[in-house]
Amino acid sequence: MGLRAEHELHRRRRGRNTGLGLVLLVFAILVFGLSIVKIRQGDMMQGYDHRPQVSRLPVDADASKGDPGRVPVAAPGTPAAEALQKDMP
Amino acid sequence: MEAQFGDYVALLKPRVMSLVVFTAFVGLWIAPVEMNPFVAFCAVLFIALGGGASGALNMWYDADIDAVMRRTRNRPVPAGRVTPDEALGVGLFLSGLAVVMLGLAANWFAAAFLAFTIFFYAVVYTIWLKRSTPQNIVIGGAAGAFPPMIGWACATGGIGIESLLMFALIFFWTPPHFWALALFMKDDYSNAGVPMLTVTHGRTVTRRYIFAYTLVLAPFALALGLTPVGGPVYLAVAVVLNALFIRGGWRILCRTEDQAAADSYRAEKSFFRLSLYYLFAHFAALLVQHAAGGW
Repeated sequence: MGLRAEHELHRRRRGRNTGLGLVLLVFAILVFGLSIVKIRQGDMMQGYDHRPQVSRLPVDADASKGDPGRVPVAAPGTPAAEALQKDMP
Repeated sequence: MEAQFGDYVALLKPRVMSLVVFTAFVGLWIAPVEMNPFVAFCAVLFIALGGGASGALNMWYDADIDAVMRRTRNRPVPAGRVTPDEALGVGLFLSGLAVVMLGLAANWFAAAFLAFTIFFYAVVYTIWLKRSTPQNIVIGGAAGAFPPMIGWACATGGIGIESLLMFALIFFWTPPHFWALALFMKDDYSNAGVPMLTVTHGRTVTRRYIFAYTLVLAPFALALGLTPVGGPVYLAVAVVLNALFIRGGWRILCRTEDQAAADSYRAEKSFFRLSLYYLFAHFAALLVQHAAGGW
């Protein structure tokens, strides 16, 4: 008997592999779709260090009038602004 | 015999999963915080996957019981198509995957809630309670009642009176639903040595319990209609269904075992069928009410 003869075992294995392949494909599509949605929504991408980051804070337009070199800074009254105040020497 | 792909799907108990999907979706959809539809879809999918994973863990541990019961002896593990180790591996892997993905898709509170639910079903119910107490169905029923709360938590990031009442609705519905099944599938549980109420306390006591639970259930079902997610449509459905459910419980209470055996457990089977419609209709009514606007 030639090696090409298909056994029941091969049929089952192929079904399993096809099924797993499809599951992985769907999973990849889901992760990709989730990434797109999360980026479009502007969800936190760098929130891991629990510290306000100046680059992610709303710019205070008035602050640039006096000293352009200081922008961007946190908007006054926000928790981030208070944290920056504390950090300042 | 080597397993087919369908055997691994069967490990996840697709029929139970359909209830999880539906109730979790309703909990998520009627919550006051709107979610992006794709994120909502993914969240429900991962909740379902977590539910399926706990089903696989249940099949791993209960293979000996499943092999004895007629209803379950053809499941992949007792039938020998999937080894217990494989079922354990699938259950653990999918549990971890579902929890992490739900955390990334929705929020980590909902993910922790899902992890707790899987633990509750696999360890508290399957390993601990199921074989040791006739109250197994009562306490273990909590695992099946968590999905709408998880769905709600995905949208809101917390718990509300509405989600607690949805939990109570499923929690108090579960015992009469399963005890009615135990009344007419009588040999299965006793053969397997599972301490169902019918086996430990007798069938007359079980009938009493079923009726009592229909009475306890009704106020929770109606109270949900008075919350912001309720409204006239839901309340009307709840009033009718709870009246029917209490009447069904009363009929079961009034029957003797001889009467039930004489007509092949007609009232018990009809109550069991009604209990399926009961839960589906309550949650469907919440969806309709949400679309129509609440109070």
